[in-house]
Amino acid sequence: MKIGFYPGCSLKGSSREYNESVVAIAKALDIELVEIKDWNCCGATAAHSMNEELSLSLPARILALAEAQGLKEVVVPCAACYNRLMVTQHELKDEGKRARVTEIINMPYSGELKIINVLQMLETYAMDKIQAKVTKPFAHKVACYYGCLLVRPHKILQFDRVEDPQSMDTMIKLIGGTPIDWAFKTECCGAGFSVSRTDVVVKLSGNILEDAASRSAEAIIVACPMCQSNLDMRRAAINQSLSKPSDIPVIFITQAIGLALGISPKELGLERHFVTVKL
Amino acid sequence: MENNNKISGDLLLHTGVNVARCYQCGKCTAGCVLASEMSFPPSYLMRLLQTGTEKNYERVLQSKTIWMCVNCENCLGRCPMEIDIPKVMDYLREQSLSQKKAHSEAKPIIAFHRSFLDSIKFTGRLYEIGLIGAFKARTFRLTQDVTLAPKMYMNGKLHLMPEMVKDRKGIKEIFSKTIDNPKTKNK
Repeated sequence: MKIGFYPGCSLKGSSREYNESVVAIAKALDIELVEIKDWNCCGATAAHSMNEELSLSLPARILALAEAQGLKEVVVPCAACYNRLMVTQHELKDEGKRARVTEIINMPYSGELKIINVLQMLETYAMDKIQAKVTKPFAHKVACYYGCLLVRPHKILQFDRVEDPQSMDTMIKLIGGTPIDWAFKTECCGAGFSVSRTDVVVKLSGNILEDAASRSAEAIIVACPMCQSNLDMRRAAINQSLSKPSDIPVIFITQAIGLALGISPKELGLERHFVTVKL
Repeated sequence: MENNNKISGDLLLHTGVNVARCYQCGKCTAGCVLASEMSFPPSYLMRLLQTGTEKNYERVLQSKTIWMCVNCENCLGRCPMEIDIPKVMDYLREQSLSQKKAHSEAKPIIAFHRSFLDSIKFTGRLYEIGLIGAFKARTFRLTQDVTLAPKMYMNGKLHLMPEMVKDRKGIKEIFSKTIDNPKTKNK
């Protein structure tokens, strides 16, 4: 089957292993990803913090390009991009806003594209296949960390539960793993403050790591490049603030599934993490 | 809904949020992971807006609160009245910028946002090296993260050259019609 694909900037840069693992498991599960041609950045936190019209126009251009390409459904693995595209589509149901934004981007826009995250793609199209193709059960005790933008705001995203979500936990069970109960599933890691207020990220991500460690998780599983990079690339700074430094690896759900499907760690980009992955 | 107060009336018009609906239960503040970094927490911000006075609105626009909110949306997720505080924060940040009232401690946060958007304006996609270079130039934090970049590069996480969209003119136009448009700029 074919599905539209919006990788976004992180997947092309600092989180390229997320892209590599999405592409690798899609191939293994017979899903053909069709990249949106000439896509641009969604604007992320910067755009919506500074200018509303810009924050709607950048994602609107992406959606309009996908529509023009004839795509009906697009998978967006980055939780932040997924959130911005969903919120934009919701906001543009307002006629006034839609008229203004289509004038800004100078492209037709219908708002009929279906936008899904990577978990929804797997839940909808690949559960049976994953189960059938597990060759190396992912027999690990892990903390599934959903973060903010994958599940909130619930009214717009309509995905999973806003407190104690379950979709990743279900996926981990499916591939032979054991998800733990823990307290920081949807707490914020500090997100976009990684560079401007690193101290905040160190504190918030430190809390998340500490809880996962105290419940003996072997890994933290994520579906957001920002969560991953804050917990992984900022580990040296975080460890300086923790009473007990942590070497828990932080891997994408697509990498965990890839391992279970027997795909090599190299193809899944597991050697790109700052915290060594020994799973 | 009729609203004769200029401040809450404008807020309602631009965000759809009626601040009077907040009954000060404090769940937003209890769940806010950044409340301790703010001038005052989100429920207090809502109360200040409810008073509708210029003086309190000034306090809000000059506060650290609006810039320390990272839009994790936990407040909205837990609000029994489903009040979209993150959307209010976005609106207040725009107002604070256009009225040149942003808190001095928000400078690095705003510098990061501007550097990020500049990168997008010229290439259409985020160019991480350009972003960090521009951020350092804006904040004089020249030595920050100097050990991070080489490891990112070694791990294949940094591209030396930017990825560019083909329709760069289209992207530039989006900026010139929105954030760079003096007429609608931070309207």
